[in-house]
Parts: sequence; C-alpha cells; structure tokens
Amino acid sequence: MTKATDTLIEEPILEIRNLQTSFFTDKFEVKAVDGVNFAVPKGKTLGIVGESGSGKSITSLSILRLIQNPGKVKGGEVIFKGENLLDKTEAQMRQIRGNEISMIFQEPMTSLNPVYTVGQQISESFQIHQKMSKKEAMLRSVEMLKLVGIPSPERRVKQYPHELSGGMRQRVMIAMALACDPELLIADEPTTALDVTIQAQILELMKDLQNRLGMSIIMITHDLGVVAETCDYVAVMYMGKVVEYAAVKDLFKHPKHPYTVGLLNSLPRHDIDLEDEELQVIKGSVPSPADMPKGCRFAPRCPFASEICRERLPDLEESEDGNQIRCWIYTDEWDGEPEVNVNGERTS
Amino acid sequence: MAKELLKVTDLKQYFPIKGGMLGRTINNVKAVDGISFTVYEGETVSIVGESGCGKSTTGRAILRLDEPTSGQVEFNGEDLLSLSKRQMRAKRKDLQIIFQDPYASINPRQTVRQVLEEALQIQNVVPKSERDAKIAELMEVVGLGAHQADRFPHEFSGGQRQRIGIARALSVDPKLIIADEAVSALDVSIQAQVINLMKKLQREFGLTYLFISHDLGVVRHISDRVIVMYLGKIVEMGDKKSIFDNPQHPYTKALLSAIPVPDPEPEKKQERIILQGDVPSPIDPPSGCRFHTRCPFATEKCKVDVPELRAEDYMKEGHVGACHYMKEIEEGTHKPNY
Repeated sequence: MTKATDTLIEEPILEIRNLQTSFFTDKFEVKAVDGVNFAVPKGKTLGIVGESGSGKSITSLSILRLIQNPGKVKGGEVIFKGENLLDKTEAQMRQIRGNEISMIFQEPMTSLNPVYTVGQQISESFQIHQKMSKKEAMLRSVEMLKLVGIPSPERRVKQYPHELSGGMRQRVMIAMALACDPELLIADEPTTALDVTIQAQILELMKDLQNRLGMSIIMITHDLGVVAETCDYVAVMYMGKVVEYAAVKDLFKHPKHPYTVGLLNSLPRHDIDLEDEELQVIKGSVPSPADMPKGCRFAPRCPFASEICRERLPDLEESEDGNQIRCWIYTDEWDGEPEVNVNGERTS
Repeated sequence: MAKELLKVTDLKQYFPIKGGMLGRTINNVKAVDGISFTVYEGETVSIVGESGCGKSTTGRAILRLDEPTSGQVEFNGEDLLSLSKRQMRAKRKDLQIIFQDPYASINPRQTVRQVLEEALQIQNVVPKSERDAKIAELMEVVGLGAHQADRFPHEFSGGQRQRIGIARALSVDPKLIIADEAVSALDVSIQAQVINLMKKLQREFGLTYLFISHDLGVVRHISDRVIVMYLGKIVEMGDKKSIFDNPQHPYTKALLSAIPVPDPEPEKKQERIILQGDVPSPIDPPSGCRFHTRCPFATEKCKVDVPELRAEDYMKEGHVGACHYMKEIEEGTHKPNY
C-alpha cells in the first residue's frame, strides 16, 4: 500500500507552494486560489476534487500560466523539475506548454479548432516542438491516433472535429496532449461531458497510456468515483484552499476533514442501497467569495465548528501518516467538544 | 395494487429530417420508437440511459411539449393525445415538469413572486385574494424564506433556483411531476439537499414522480422502479432492487459496471464490462436488437430478430428485459465473445 509519506521520498515532478491567484473587479478582489500547496509525485496521479468555485480549475490554469485579465497569479511558486515556472519568460513557457506539460479540457468541441483537420492540429505540436516536416508530422499524427485507439486512423486524420463523436474528440484531445511525450499531463474534468460507458473507455485509455509512457497526471474532477478509480493521491479543495491531502485509500477509508466527510456522505451511490434513509447533507451553500469567512472557510457550514474555527484560519498540517489536514479539531488548540465524531471514528 | 396514474402505450416520437431540393422529409430521427410503461400513483419511476436514448423526449412527449408521432398516453384513464390544445393546457395543472437548467427555465426578468403568480393565475388554482398567502406558503415548503419572494432569479444560487423551479411546479397542486435531470447540474452537497426535499414533498403531498436522469446513484436513491432505455427502446424495466442487484440485459450490466465507485477498495469488486464503440445514430438504428453492435453476447440471431420485453421464470414479478439470451447468460451457458 502506498502511503503519503512516500511522497517525501519519491521525488515530486511538480511542487506548488503557497500559490495565490486572484481576480480583480472594481470593488473587490476574489481570491480564487488562496495559498495552495501540494506535490505531484513522479509517475503518479494526483486528483484535485472540489465543487464549483473551489478553485481547482484556476489552480491548473495557474500552473501553465494561462490566467488572463482580470485574473493574476499574485504569488507563490510552481516548481517543475526544480525550476519555478512563475519566473519563466513567455517564450520559455511556450516551449514547456504542450511539450513538457500538456493539458486536456472538459469540452473537446470548444478546445479543438473547427476549421482544421484533426491531423493538422496534432501535427502542429510536432512541427513546433520537434521541428518535423509537415509530412513526417502527419505520419506521426496517424501513429498517435492509433495509440489512443481510434479505428482507421489514416482516414480519421483527414477529418474535421465535427465529423467525430464526443468520445472520439476526447481521444483526439488526448492524442494532441500526448504528442510530444509530456512528463506531466493536466486533465481538467476530461470525462465530465461524456456518457458513463464512454467515460469508462477514456479512463481505461488514460491509465493504460500512463503505464506505458510513465507520465504524471493531475486529474481535476468533481466526481469522487473517478478519483477513487484513477488517483494515487488526492487534494480536496474548498474556497481556494486545500483542506485535506491524502493517499487515495486513506481519504476514502478515513476521511478527516468535516468537508470531505460531508462530500462522501452526501453522494448517492449506485452500489449501496440506503433503503429509506435520507442522504446526509452539508447544510447551507458555498459563501460568495466576496463574503469570505474570517476563520476556517468551512466553519459556517461545519457541524463541529467552535469558537476558534470562526475566528482563526487553521494551517494545513502534516500528520504522522504523512497526510495533510487543515482543521482545528486535530490540533492542540481545539476548543470544542474534546471527543469529536467526524467520520464515525472518535478523535481525541 | 395502487391505481394506474399514467399509462404509455407504444409511444413513438420521430423527428423528420428535411432535405433535398423540395425540402421533403428524407428520413426520421427515431428518438422514441414504440415504448410502453405504466406509472402508479404515489411512486417514483426513473428513466435512465445515455445521451440520445430518448429519455427526455419521452418526458416531453407525455406532456405534449412536442407532439408525439403515434401511440397512447393515458393519464387517470383519459387519453391525453386526443385532447385539444386548450384542454391539454388545462390538463397541465395535473402534470408538471422541472427542467435541468434552472437558469434557462425561469424568466430572468420576473421576480419569484411574478413567476409563481403567473402559474397560479393561468391555472386559477386559488382566488386572487389568497395568492399572496399561497406564494408565502410555497416558498416555505421548498425551504426558501417568504421574504425572498420579491427577488430576481439571479439573486439566488443554483440550488435555490432549482427550489424555485420546484415551487413553480408545486404551485398548481399537480399529481405527477416529471423531473428531467432536475438535480444533474448541482454540486453534490446541494444535490443531496434537493433530493431530500423532493422525497419529503412526495410524502407530504402524495406526489408521483417520473424521474429522468443519467445518474444511476441518484436513481437508486430516489426510485421505486427503473426503466432503462437504449436508442429509443426500453431494454429493461423492473423494481429498483432487481435492476441494480440483478440486472438481466447486457446493456444494463455494462452501464452499471461502467460507473466509477467512490471507494478504492470496494467489498464486492465488480468486473467492468467495457463497451466498444459509440452509440449508433438513431436515424438509422441497427437491425434486430439495437444493442447488438456493442453487445459482447451478440449472435447472428440478434442482428435479425427484434427482442421483445419478457420475463424469465426466475425473475421477480414486474421485472422484464429485452434480450434473447437472458437465461443463458444467467446460467453461464452463453459466453461473451471477447
């Protein structure tokens, strides 16, 4: 069994330290990513989960420096293979994007160019990053389509995106992303727009390609099922902060943060019959970013919140097993009930 | 046995494709192709399936939001398809629908009060003098404050907006509510709140739900019975327990096995059946069993003979499937060819 402590021994391919990204309006600043820390171990998959507005997509866009006005990466470090990407020039970043770090987006139709053939779009990265001729690049594109399991690739390579189904388009996106053999692949909700039977095909494909090519993956998703199935480690985000970071088995078996527990409990499952029991809910809804709670961001919705939670923001602390947790309950300063039953196991 | 509230018989919904120089109908999209089912009073029946299987079209055809091509829809013993447009409009007091996207289905220029008032006025459920009280009551029932009635939809969050959609549907005291992907656009923590609300309202008002969804987790939680559709046809139908614990049709099995389980070490690890290829086009659906192009168990017979919904003797009452080989697959004598 892999433990999170391994992360310290394994060399991370990417490490994010205190990343801050904000969006500025006339009146106020929205802290979309508010001091995020995590590491992606080499050859492994890190999942980032959270609900809408948690900052998971903005985190990934910040890594590749794709944030546009009125947004801005305000601070922190993004260390990729020992170098801080935030210090790179735009020209250097262009050499990294699509070459060393690639990204797949949720909606393949809007991320593919409708007026170029699939082959032309895959060829582009071979021509730019590997200086291949047009002809060579096209041959390699056919190979890439074969790799991602598209039947009769010689014919498909000449087709336009609208001629392909949703699942096929997502395969093309993956082919494009993997063209230059990247070391890190960022997948932002890669299967959310797809039907489950097609999702199963795509997830299987990604797993298979990771085994063969040895790349590291950041999987951004809201689907805890996808996380359980594909990830080695998970970072749970809430309102721009990581609230829990753990090895995937630990997270699902012994979730620690009340938010993680709430998410798992509120999920209706197809494999478990609750009979007539109600789903457990997280009360209320995510506050507006303009109205950020002063202490722990989750305190207004947390069933355990006490004085200290509403007043002061807890730090993301590493526990004995190497997992990380941002919650006062697990600290010496906890001032609520001495024994709290967060996930059915008592803490003291 | 509970009373039959809705009875759909051989419902077909074809959408014509116009083309050629004269703009004639050159072909049809067979979105729903001859389905029959019954919904009893007070129960929740779910229709599940992937994009393009015809589940939403079925919901719309029942309400005649699109006029069905043929078939019968009986509601409370009355044939809805023989009603005039005006009679149908009055009938919609009893059949309401909640849509997936509350942003798109509520007029952004009306306050919540105006939205609800319009519904009350059209169906004339309560006298004018009592409307304000009714609106306040509706707001409370769906978990919003009566003081929020004068706000506009954009002032509410996604979950709250879906509550407004529910309040609007409830305002005319319907018997049947068709919920078309009503909780699909919501985050899980909010989704759970809305599901619990819908179950509570069902108990309080004796509502009947036809719940259309692609999310089998939600379906298992909310339904009494489940209908599985594929390419415009019902492939399997039965009580919730039978469908989830003892699926008979290879498509239902594949669909259930494809859903990722939020547990990295599940107790009973199920074998995943990965289907090859995509759903074929409903313009020119495959001959015989429509699933044969992707089915691991398909034979020559499946390419020719259309399987009818039927029960094997070991299946629970009311559980039917449309596959030639249910028994053979169950007994293990018919093996998949992969």
